[in-house]
Amino acid sequence: MENYVIIGNGTAAVSCIEGIRSLDTESPVTVISAEKYPAYCRPLISCALEGKADPGNMNQRPADFYEKNGCRVLFGTKAVGIDPDKKSVTLNEGACLPYTKLCVAAGSSPFVPPMAGLDTVARKFSFMTMDDMLALDAAVTENSRVLIVGAGLIGLKCAEGLAERAGSLTVCDLAPRILSSILDEEGAALMRARLEEHGISFLPGDTADRFEGNRAVMKSGKTMDFDILVLAVGVRANTALVKDIGGDVNRGIIVDRHMRTSVPDIYAAGDCAEGYDSSLGANRVLAILPNARLQGECAGINMAGGDRTFDNAVPLNAIGFFGLHCLTAGSAPEGCAVFEERGPGWMKKLWTKDGFLTGFALVGCEERAGIYTSLIRERIPLDTLDFGLLRHAATTAAFSREQRRRKFGGAV
Amino acid sequence: MKRVYVNEEWCLGCHLCEYNCAFANSGGSDMASALRGKPIFPRIHIEGDERVTYAVSCRHCDDPLCVKACIAGALSQGEDGVIRIEKTRCVGCFTCVLVCPYGALAPAEDGVMQKCELCLSNASGEPACVKGCPNRAIVYEER
Ligand SMILES: Cc1cc2nc3c(=O)[nH]c(=O)nc-3n(C[C@H](O)[C@H](O)[C@H](O)COP(=O)(O)OP(=O)(O)OC[C@H]3O[C@@H](n4cnc5c(N)ncnc54)[C@H](O)[C@@H]3O)c2cc1C
Repeated sequence: MENYVIIGNGTAAVSCIEGIRSLDTESPVTVISAEKYPAYCRPLISCALEGKADPGNMNQRPADFYEKNGCRVLFGTKAVGIDPDKKSVTLNEGACLPYTKLCVAAGSSPFVPPMAGLDTVARKFSFMTMDDMLALDAAVTENSRVLIVGAGLIGLKCAEGLAERAGSLTVCDLAPRILSSILDEEGAALMRARLEEHGISFLPGDTADRFEGNRAVMKSGKTMDFDILVLAVGVRANTALVKDIGGDVNRGIIVDRHMRTSVPDIYAAGDCAEGYDSSLGANRVLAILPNARLQGECAGINMAGGDRTFDNAVPLNAIGFFGLHCLTAGSAPEGCAVFEERGPGWMKKLWTKDGFLTGFALVGCEERAGIYTSLIRERIPLDTLDFGLLRHAATTAAFSREQRRRKFGGAV
Repeated sequence: MKRVYVNEEWCLGCHLCEYNCAFANSGGSDMASALRGKPIFPRIHIEGDERVTYAVSCRHCDDPLCVKACIAGALSQGEDGVIRIEKTRCVGCFTCVLVCPYGALAPAEDGVMQKCELCLSNASGEPACVKGCPNRAIVYEER
């Protein structure tokens, strides 16, 4: 009999529970959940702000999920320490929870760089949780002047959620372009144009240096008056619990291809973990939902005595604004070749190296993009297919008849 | 489970499956009034080139990446193995398009994703693409 404990209650945790229960339906599972809600679809908080998703219908699983899976969930409770010798987790209210197998699925936290005068700002928000969304939802009015610091995925999703609700919206970022972690200048310009059409203004290459109440003094010296400030500069993996006990931690908690940390019987999954990115050939934090799901499941299966390897993780991002979609996957390693195509309002970039597709960025041409992703994840050698055709269109017609027979000829 | 399979050597590339699919899922009672003069958004599509054509629809994978990647909890796999989409939960983020290795998902007219659900819950009751395939290039069977 095991005694499973999971720290966190997001996508990675839920998938970990499913992984465990696929092999072990008997042993108790306890979930420590800092947030007071059943696991919800975190990416939907922007849709909720926009009125396109119902906060009451954002749960990841049916209402009876925890009960059906025999899980005890400690809502509103935080894990504050791990004792790897005694094998127990200390909770904020002082209690100790014994475990035989532990999964740290603690996600990430908004990173707020030190900014002078931040304490003088009355209405400031992060945008990571249901409660962040609800607070912002209550504060915004049709006259609000909103300043968002950070033009990454989270800042822009927040901007989209507020676009029809606020008086004005300005997004600043130290980077010279928006979505700089996934797009180059050209792709970012396409996305930015679409956002600007919807009334969102940008201050690229500039960010708030200090605050004086409702005024931001920018690095450039410009001043910006606002009513609501959203800080979306970035996120940091929640690694402290494992770092504190001497476990291997880099940007995230380092895990092997079985989601084991360096500490015996402790696993980690999701945004807090740093695992192998097969498109890069190195470890990296992949703070995206599909990765949390696949890592969580892998951790759960292995915690329950199974043998699951997850070794083909790659970055995957699908983000769209007002009908213009941008799909990216994989990486552009040093020395890669680039194939590009473009037209009015769209662009496609594919990166190849050593005969393999390693990554791509598509803006406004999303059709069947998963075929490209499969080439990266499955490491299909490009010389086994018609890459000339594939460059123009993501189609399985570029595969050999035999490859297609394997893909389409039986159960997969 | 029974799935839809295509025998590409028999496929004529006639696109009838696309029309039968769009009609079966239109809820309409006759094909002409349901589809005439409108762009169609079928859940199966013909791919290929001058040499070969074949129909592609959801493979209903045993380990479906689309379900695992869905950020909205809109895609799920039933105990019968069928992968379904709850359209009211889909936010049209395209993550499923980004991960499906077969290129089997595409949006409906309204931007919300749609996919083959084997016609199990529409009036056809069994895959309309299969029923209407003139050359029996698409089959519905256990493999
Ligand atoms: C606005 C927004 C939009 C996004 N959009 C997308 C998108 O379009 N596509 C995509 O792939 N990803 C998106 N993401 C990222 C995605 O939400 C995350 O990758 C995913 O939620 C990670 O799951 P997780 O289980 O690792 O962590 P989380 O979902 O963050 O869950 C971790 C949980 O652990 C809790 N916790 C932390 N420390 C403790 C502790 N000590 N004790 C107890 N509990 C603790 C936290 O409160 C949290 O509830 C988005 C994120 C945001 C914020």
